[in-house]
Amino acid sequence: MITLEHVYIAVGLVFATFSVLSALDTANRKRFGNAAFWGLFAASFLFGSHIGDFANGVLVILLIALGGLGALGQSHPRTTSPAERRESAKRRGLTLLLPALLIPVVALLGTFTLKNATLMDVKILDGAQVTLISFALGVLAALAAAMLWLRPPVAAPFQEGRRLADSIGWAAVLPQLLAALGAIFTLAGVGHAVSQVATQFIPLDQRFEAVIAYCLGMALFTVVMGNAFAAFPVMTAAIGLPLIVHKFGGSPAIMGAIGMLSGFCGTLMTPMAANFNIVPAALLELPDRNAVIKAQIPTAIPLLIANTLLMYFLVFRF
Amino acid sequence: MLTLLGVGVVVLGFLLRFNPLLVIAAAVFVTGWAGHISLVHTVAALGHAFNQSRLVSVAFLVLPVIGLLERAGLQEQARMAISKIRAATAGRLLLVYLFLRQISIAFGLQINGQAAMVRPLIAPMAEAAADTHGGPLDEKTHLLIRAYAAATDNVGAFFGEDIFVAIGSILLIKGMLDQAGFPVQPLALSLWAIPTAILAFVIHGARLLLLDRRLAREARK
Repeated sequence: MITLEHVYIAVGLVFATFSVLSALDTANRKRFGNAAFWGLFAASFLFGSHIGDFANGVLVILLIALGGLGALGQSHPRTTSPAERRESAKRRGLTLLLPALLIPVVALLGTFTLKNATLMDVKILDGAQVTLISFALGVLAALAAAMLWLRPPVAAPFQEGRRLADSIGWAAVLPQLLAALGAIFTLAGVGHAVSQVATQFIPLDQRFEAVIAYCLGMALFTVVMGNAFAAFPVMTAAIGLPLIVHKFGGSPAIMGAIGMLSGFCGTLMTPMAANFNIVPAALLELPDRNAVIKAQIPTAIPLLIANTLLMYFLVFRF
Repeated sequence: MLTLLGVGVVVLGFLLRFNPLLVIAAAVFVTGWAGHISLVHTVAALGHAFNQSRLVSVAFLVLPVIGLLERAGLQEQARMAISKIRAATAGRLLLVYLFLRQISIAFGLQINGQAAMVRPLIAPMAEAAADTHGGPLDEKTHLLIRAYAAATDNVGAFFGEDIFVAIGSILLIKGMLDQAGFPVQPLALSLWAIPTAILAFVIHGARLLLLDRRLAREARK
């Protein structure tokens, strides 16, 4: 059966090749910094499930030290020139888009057909992780198709991948680190402290006040934690359930659904949601790492107001 | 109350623009100290949580294939294809992408749109469409269009995904409400995500059309 662990091994092998190619890249002054950073990241994927929590923690601290203290440099592996790319694009035409579109197509087909599929009475893959595994299968299918059709040098996908990984740089580990910080916050009881502050200092005697406090609280707490999933249990236990549902008789389903979406408005506005906001800025080579957030704030604020009004008008009615 | 110190470290660190990795490390150890968690236990908790959240990084698996296709001219092809469509402007193209992203994720299509779609296809297409209509635009405008492309992917994904019943956030809401003694059907939660999805499309869509007008103004200058 294919599980998430197999996907992790694939990711680990990709980063391991980035590490080796980085070490061999004499043109990059900081080549050993890059090699160590991608090597440790690869080790996390290859061995993370087996080495225990403390060793993983040491690995994380080494990653932080390398990334935080500027040990990485941008590499420039040899690639095709702009003129060669234009010529290749003209010659190959729209077919060039097909391997890229193979990824979502396989991901979607896999999600729908492979969840409970069996081969000779053995489950093909872990149904709980069907979307991620299907995505990985889509990537492998696209890679195989592109290799067979384009016939580039064997190292080309890894050299090109390394170029993109280097342009993301240390930001690559940011999403996981922020998730880890959220876990430490939970362990230390930060959520509880926030809800105490929120309920102690804000008067919540009116329906409208309670709805505003809940929706705004979801967004603000998400901005701090970087993740609406971390904010939801805290705000719902502190304001949503005791006030909106118990005291004022609101609908739990509407409160939950719109409350979570208010949190998503917060996700649009915070650098703490690195995988959505910071990594894409690096991936698109934007010099301002907050450029994506700046483009999102004018959507997030009106939508948050709209969500608050929606909840107020719907939650006590259905 | 002392446990909130870590939150302060994060806010201050980001405001002062220190390297985020160092800010997070500082916040982790301050929070551990304030919460009376031993140093060894803090390091172990950090390692455990980092290891558990490896799934967010599976998206990087796409880098080699995207790089390979870019090597063969994928971005150039995307630009050429879109500049042949006269009706395509940056804003309209992103509006179509917003709609497709919302619809496809509502039916359960989960991909990392930023790496698999925005960087190789959507962003270059939007830039090329703007160039075709407004003559070659300056670098600053190109960066703005790219940021809008990434933003559009996020808005589409966030405000479409909760319409799909088997998504993590719906299951989290259901779990929390079940525990509190309010059993709800995932479908009921999905249904109440639809009004916000429509509003998100209207608000962000309007901004995309305004982007077109702004680009037209820039082009006249």
